[in-house]
Amino acid sequence: MIRHLLSAADLSHEEATLILDTADEMARLTEGRAVKKLPTLRGRTVVNLFFEDSTRTRTSFELAAKRLSADVINFSAKGSSVSKGESLKDTALTLAAMGADGVVVRHSASGAAYRLATSGWISANVLNAGDGTHEHPTQALLDAFTLRRHLGDLRDRDVVIVGDVLHGRVARSNVLLLATLGARVTLVAPPTLLPLGVENWPCEVTYDLDAALPGADAVMMLRVQRERMNAAFFPSAREYSRRYGLDARRFSSLPEDAIVLHPGPMNRGMEISADVADNERSVIVEQVTNGVYVRMAVLYLMLAGSGTGSAGGEDAA
Amino acid sequence: MSRHLSGFRTVLSEDEINRALARMAHEVVERNKGASGLVVLGIPSRGVPLAQRLTARISSVEDIAVPVGALDVTMYRDDLRLRPARALEPTDIPDGGVDGKTVVLVDDVLYSGRTIRAALTALDDVGRPRAVRLAVLVDRGHRELPIRADHVGKNLPTSLRESVRVLLNEVDGQDAVLVGATADAHPAPEAHLAAGEEEAR
Repeated sequence: MIRHLLSAADLSHEEATLILDTADEMARLTEGRAVKKLPTLRGRTVVNLFFEDSTRTRTSFELAAKRLSADVINFSAKGSSVSKGESLKDTALTLAAMGADGVVVRHSASGAAYRLATSGWISANVLNAGDGTHEHPTQALLDAFTLRRHLGDLRDRDVVIVGDVLHGRVARSNVLLLATLGARVTLVAPPTLLPLGVENWPCEVTYDLDAALPGADAVMMLRVQRERMNAAFFPSAREYSRRYGLDARRFSSLPEDAIVLHPGPMNRGMEISADVADNERSVIVEQVTNGVYVRMAVLYLMLAGSGTGSAGGEDAA
Repeated sequence: MSRHLSGFRTVLSEDEINRALARMAHEVVERNKGASGLVVLGIPSRGVPLAQRLTARISSVEDIAVPVGALDVTMYRDDLRLRPARALEPTDIPDGGVDGKTVVLVDDVLYSGRTIRAALTALDDVGRPRAVRLAVLVDRGHRELPIRADHVGKNLPTSLRESVRVLLNEVDGQDAVLVGATADAHPAPEAHLAAGEEEAR
């Protein structure tokens, strides 16, 4: 099994399927149980290293680790040595000295997780929980898990991803993972919010949302970060909403059983209207629940065993 | 009759497995004074089809439907750290749960007892059964924990160098219990555990 989870592109079809199947079992092992806890990672320490604020992702990882009986340390930039100017390297060395087995890292710089995993500073397994505008692989896994629960096998399914692809790491991870799983992905965004080189991604790209919706099995709306509006990526919030927002009219043009996803937090009235967000075919709240199962699966597969051996697992001695 | 694996000899044929299961079904019912309040849980992988066969026989003897399911113990094993993480097998607790019921755990081979220890811990998190009993097709001895089976298909004295293979129609396309001297391809969870020691010899 993988030693570090840095990019959705690192996962083969087989590995991704193993993670999703394991997440299915995690759901079955905790849903409706009197004791929602498994002893599997007892004695292991997981550090949540968050250089960027993210209550949602951090609590999801924290809950996942705690459900597996791991000890969890939350290390956030605010109020820690990081805000006093400590470098990523020194923070990593500190964590290594504390004996962390797994490090979940969120950083504003693309590649921070890769640096942490390959620098030799720490021997812990590294999980990328979002690095800059690069990737957020567990988000893609939980989206794929949610899609799979509703659509079954994702091979040849049509998934439309709408919104800020330029700044959003969710889009990149999703495109890569869904392509691995055999789905057809269409990205929809204004030209200003598409990154350079998007034509080389394994997906279709269009500027026209209305044309993409009728054939979709699922639509994933990405959050438009308000801070982007001042940077003139689009003329006004209202114009963005009119052209790229999912409202009741557009929702009705979707096939009957298509579902709506959103990684959260939502801007109601901006990229998604309130009635669509609250529709029963919107699975946004379920995505949060599924996030815990998927993260349990990843933590289990990365931390429970003896390590891959080749990379020198912590049990090597 | 059985596919011949080199170095393996057949110790239970298809007919003998069926007779053993029939006797075990009667034993379970006798011990429980009927089939009410029973829940049968198989331990993956080969414990699950065995549990289904045992349950079908119990149900036909007593003419009531007995709930049957599966209990994966991977997350509760004591040797997780000794080898790479493995894929989980399905856990399926029947509706109605296990609270206040008599749970019959079913596995193919009883060996070190560590799988059953893990199963008992797993059962703790599912609920609180009134009693837990253990039915195994083969008891090959060499216990490492104070655990014994209530219902045994066949007691099979073995040496530590031997390996026991249970083949079932549902999984392997034929029914047979084989014993051989080779150390590879241990089908039973207990055998997996001891395999590490054996292979390290």
